[in-house]
Amino acid sequence: MTSFVQLLVSGLATGAIYALIAVGFTLVWKTSQTINFAQGEFVMLPAFFVLAAMDAGAPFWLAAAIGIALSVVILGLLFKVAIVDPMLKYGVLPLVISTIALSLFLKEGAKDFYSALGQPFPALVPATDIRVLGTVVSAQSLAVLAVALVTIAALHVLLNKTRLGRAMQATAQNPTLARILGIPVQRMILLTFLINGALVAIASILVSPIYLAKFTNGETLGMAAFIAAIIGGFNEVRGAIFGGIILGVLDNLSAAYISSQYRGAFPLLILVAVILVRPHGLLGRAEERTI
Amino acid sequence: MVRSALFAAVVAAALGLASPLYAQSTVYIPAILELSGAGAVSGTNFRDGMLMAIDEVNAKGGILGRKIKTDLLDTQSDAGISRAQLQKVLDNSPYVVLGPVFSGSVLVDMLLTQQAEIPEIVGGEAAAITQKGDPYVFRTSFGQQFSMPKIANYIRDGIKAKTVAVLWVNNDFGKGGRDNFVKEMAARNIKVVADVSTESGQVDFAADVVKLKAANADAIFVYTNEEESARFLREAKKQGITAPLIGETTLLGQKVIELAQGAAEGVHGHVGLTVDAPIPAVKDFAERFKKRFNYLCDHNGIKGYTAVYIIKYVTEKIGKFDSKLFAETLHGLTITPKDEPGVLMEVSFDKNGDLDRESFLGEVVNGQQKIVAILPKLGK
Repeated sequence: MTSFVQLLVSGLATGAIYALIAVGFTLVWKTSQTINFAQGEFVMLPAFFVLAAMDAGAPFWLAAAIGIALSVVILGLLFKVAIVDPMLKYGVLPLVISTIALSLFLKEGAKDFYSALGQPFPALVPATDIRVLGTVVSAQSLAVLAVALVTIAALHVLLNKTRLGRAMQATAQNPTLARILGIPVQRMILLTFLINGALVAIASILVSPIYLAKFTNGETLGMAAFIAAIIGGFNEVRGAIFGGIILGVLDNLSAAYISSQYRGAFPLLILVAVILVRPHGLLGRAEERTI
Repeated sequence: MVRSALFAAVVAAALGLASPLYAQSTVYIPAILELSGAGAVSGTNFRDGMLMAIDEVNAKGGILGRKIKTDLLDTQSDAGISRAQLQKVLDNSPYVVLGPVFSGSVLVDMLLTQQAEIPEIVGGEAAAITQKGDPYVFRTSFGQQFSMPKIANYIRDGIKAKTVAVLWVNNDFGKGGRDNFVKEMAARNIKVVADVSTESGQVDFAADVVKLKAANADAIFVYTNEEESARFLREAKKQGITAPLIGETTLLGQKVIELAQGAAEGVHGHVGLTVDAPIPAVKDFAERFKKRFNYLCDHNGIKGYTAVYIIKYVTEKIGKFDSKLFAETLHGLTITPKDEPGVLMEVSFDKNGDLDRESFLGEVVNGQQKIVAILPKLGK
């Protein structure tokens, strides 16, 4: 029972990180029809911003703030202005290929400009244990879970309980009608990219103490988050959250109780099953095409 | 105009003559190494040790009057890319090839160097490397078939374990090590109660640690690569594993200790090569390496360094640059630090390309690897 609880907590922590990344995928898709295949590298890169700031003498808290700020500017604003806006008018496919090229560029850039080796990254809390309901669980897992859930909750409040958030949702649902209603559509789209920049930075700071900061981290994380978004529903933020959590928990439990040798296959099996049975995702909306 | 054409012809002739002249003043020894990917720690350490030795040798006039010329090619820790890189350098007729370190890449590359009759001095430790009858491959560290019996004896006599769990990486290095380890455990009547395979580049070890805890073994043998070892140790500490964690060189390596951030404390095991060896030549090497590269190297740095000096010694012994004769001479040869100080410790090669050397038992204490015993050569 103790092992199960530990696995569950660890899986929830991993799943919460996947959820953060998957929400970014979904937000950017909903508002601008952009599938960002560099999302994994967007999570990898902020860790190096933080490390570079720490190398320059900044304490961790300041370096983290700098990392988040740089991520919002470079991976949010610059990404939209330099890549999405010029490519979107040519259709989805050229933009997708551009993001694939961007992911290679960011990966090789981190390797060449920082290091090919994994780098230790400071954790938010020390590696100690806490007793929860009679079971010993890792403080680090709980901290990651708490930060991720607070972030998701804050995003939920922003999107659903504020005028700004409702304007963003209106833009995502129908940009033409939103424009007619006086919503500054372009500003809402830009805000989505900036929010994604912040989300990936937070995910990076949470995951790098466990994964080590390494230029190849984006491959695993990007794939996991993409699968999570599809499983949960690519057109629903709550679907991305659900998909991320489910994926993290099932991955851990299957590796422990079924087979660790085939742990890489389980997310893909779940993905295939969901696509066959419910192609719009477990919590996604079926979309009809208007002719 | 005639004068200009004549001048151009003289320059062209001079350049044409210079090229073979330059080639005769150098000896081409390229390196195929893991400079990125899962094996980057191993490959970069090997590279830096090798570069330091090359600079030292060249500063003293090179080998038989020829300076060493090298190329560094990145395998990206991928066997297919390693093979392609090797094919590139074989087109330039190398004297000897250095690397790779990853056993999977070595096993693929060996086929090409054997066909080309070019010696290859590798960092790989998988047992299979020297079991294929290839007369052109030579190790820079113990093969698993030599290191595992030493670890097994330590687990039986030192830890006095009756049951053991093994965690290994699912590649040629890990599989070979696991197979040899399980064989040695069976020979000593020590039961393997958990056999957990992990993936190269794996980041999440939560499920694996839960399995190991549930097995409740007297000791846990960990056999993965550097970064995975660090991640495993951090997870093991997070989940409060109390059984002794035993490793083979990598687990006690300096980079693992650094990446594990305190989680490597108390780890012990067999160490084939280490900068913490109580041997003056090794300590001196470690200091010079740190001064030059600003970090403390692991055993792969020593592998790269000694490989260059082995080439130097054998070439000077045979008196010419003959790749085939090089390989024949190195089989059955013993090189002492008196013969060639650059080898740091006495080393003997057998007919398969395996080496024999003193080794050590170590423990991680206060963030440093501490040597607790010296083990003699197996041949003595």
